[in-house]
Order: sequence, then structure tokens, then C-alpha cells
Amino acid sequence: MNIEVFLFFLFGIVAAVTAVIMITRRNPVISALFLILNFASLAGLYITLNAQFIAVTQIIVYAGAIMILFLFVLMLLRPESQKKFFELNPKTKIFAIIVAFIVFAQLVYMIFFASPSANISKDVSKSVEAGTIEAIGRELFTNYVVPFEAAGFLLLAATIGALVLAKKKFD
Amino acid sequence: MTITIEYYLILSAFMFLVGVVGVLINRNAIVVFMSIELMLNSANLTLVTFSSFLGNSIGQLFVFFVMTVAAAEAAVGLAIIIAIFRNKLTVNIDEINILKW
Repeated sequence: MNIEVFLFFLFGIVAAVTAVIMITRRNPVISALFLILNFASLAGLYITLNAQFIAVTQIIVYAGAIMILFLFVLMLLRPESQKKFFELNPKTKIFAIIVAFIVFAQLVYMIFFASPSANISKDVSKSVEAGTIEAIGRELFTNYVVPFEAAGFLLLAATIGALVLAKKKFD
Repeated sequence: MTITIEYYLILSAFMFLVGVVGVLINRNAIVVFMSIELMLNSANLTLVTFSSFLGNSIGQLFVFFVMTVAAAEAAVGLAIIIAIFRNKLTVNIDEINILKW
């Protein structure tokens, strides 16, 4: 068993299990902590895919900034008002799981029917070269500079919007 | 045994559908938001998988843009949740039905 297979199964199983634990916990703080673990194992999967820049950004932006924001809001709100959330109609739960299972079966069937591994074989040196900051930055500042500026403008708009929404009461 | 592209795609599909179930069965607006983040991350995993297997960095560029949109969405969404909590003192999405006619 080589190291690539081992790392894929380690991070993949951790990601899948923490995702399931995340949606079934009653306490939202615990589910936020499991989501952080899920994001960290996704960063490990990105490393196995030779995407170094995306892996580091995943840790900094998702596991760092976004989840800290979530935990901050969760601890700001009143925790005892969240007890009776799971007492919902069991029909809804069963329906949701059945629908998700059908869609998952469809996706798995489509993935195996198309069998992309017959056409795509991994070229390791090209894959390493594609994941470096240099390759991504060159594309970002030449061919994709307009979407990059649009993303910056979107972040500015979101900052101002969050400030305005959180500042005043709308009544 | 080698890891082919199907392993990553199936893991990504599984995580996406766990996120869908999380949106449907949870009543807490913040947990619903976290499930949406999970779905965005599974889409990112698919993009990075194809980018790596094809040796093309455009897919990872789009992951960068998805992260930007996710950060903006989380900031604005949590601000909206705080504003709703101030008015209605709850984040249960069954009780937030002021737009329902």
C-alpha cells in the first residue's frame, strides 16, 4: 500500500465521517468544530492532488476566517433557544434521506458509466506544475484579471453590506 | 492499487449530498449555512480534482473565486441572521416566516 492510497483513504474517511457528524449534532458549536475538521482534511486531500496553494488557502480562509466568524455568531446568540430544533416531523427526515440517496445513486452510476479514468491519466509533473502559486498567479493576473477585480469589488460590497445590516435595527 | 479520478468524484458527490440532507433536516439557520459551506467545498473538491488530473490550473483559479464568494456570502448571511435574531429572538427557520403569505 503506497503513501498516496493511504493518505487518500485517511483524509477521505475523515472528511466523510465528519460531514455526517456535522449535520446530526444537536449542539451547533460541536457541528461547527466538526466542520473545521472536515475543512482541514479537505486541505490534506488538496495536498494529495498537488494543489499546494489551494490547500493553504483552504486552511487560512475556510478553517481560519469563515469558521471563526460562524463560531463567533453562534456564541453571540442565545444557546438555550436551540433545544427543540430536532423535534421535527420524522417524515421530513426520511424523505430527505431517501431523496439524497436516489441522487447519490444517480451520480455514482453516471461517474462509473462515463468512467473518466479511461480518458484521463494523471501526469504528475504537469499536475505539480499546475498547482503552484506561480501558475495560478500568472493566469489570475493575465487572462482572468477582470474576474479578479470583480471578486475584489464583491468583497468590498459584502463588507459594507454586513456592516450596514448588523448595525441598525430594521423596524 | 492506484487512486483514480472516480474516488475523488464519489467522495465529492457524497459530501454534497450530506450537505443537502443537512439543509433539509436542520432547523437552525446557522447550521443550514454551514451545510451550504459543505456543499460549496465538495464542488471545490471536484474542481481541484479535474484541474490536477488534467494538468490545467484554471480549475484551481475557479476554486479561488468560489472561496471569495463563500466568504462574502458568510459575512452577509451571518449579518442577516443577527438582524433577524434582534427582531424575532430566534434563529429557527420554522419561526422565521414573515415573508410567507
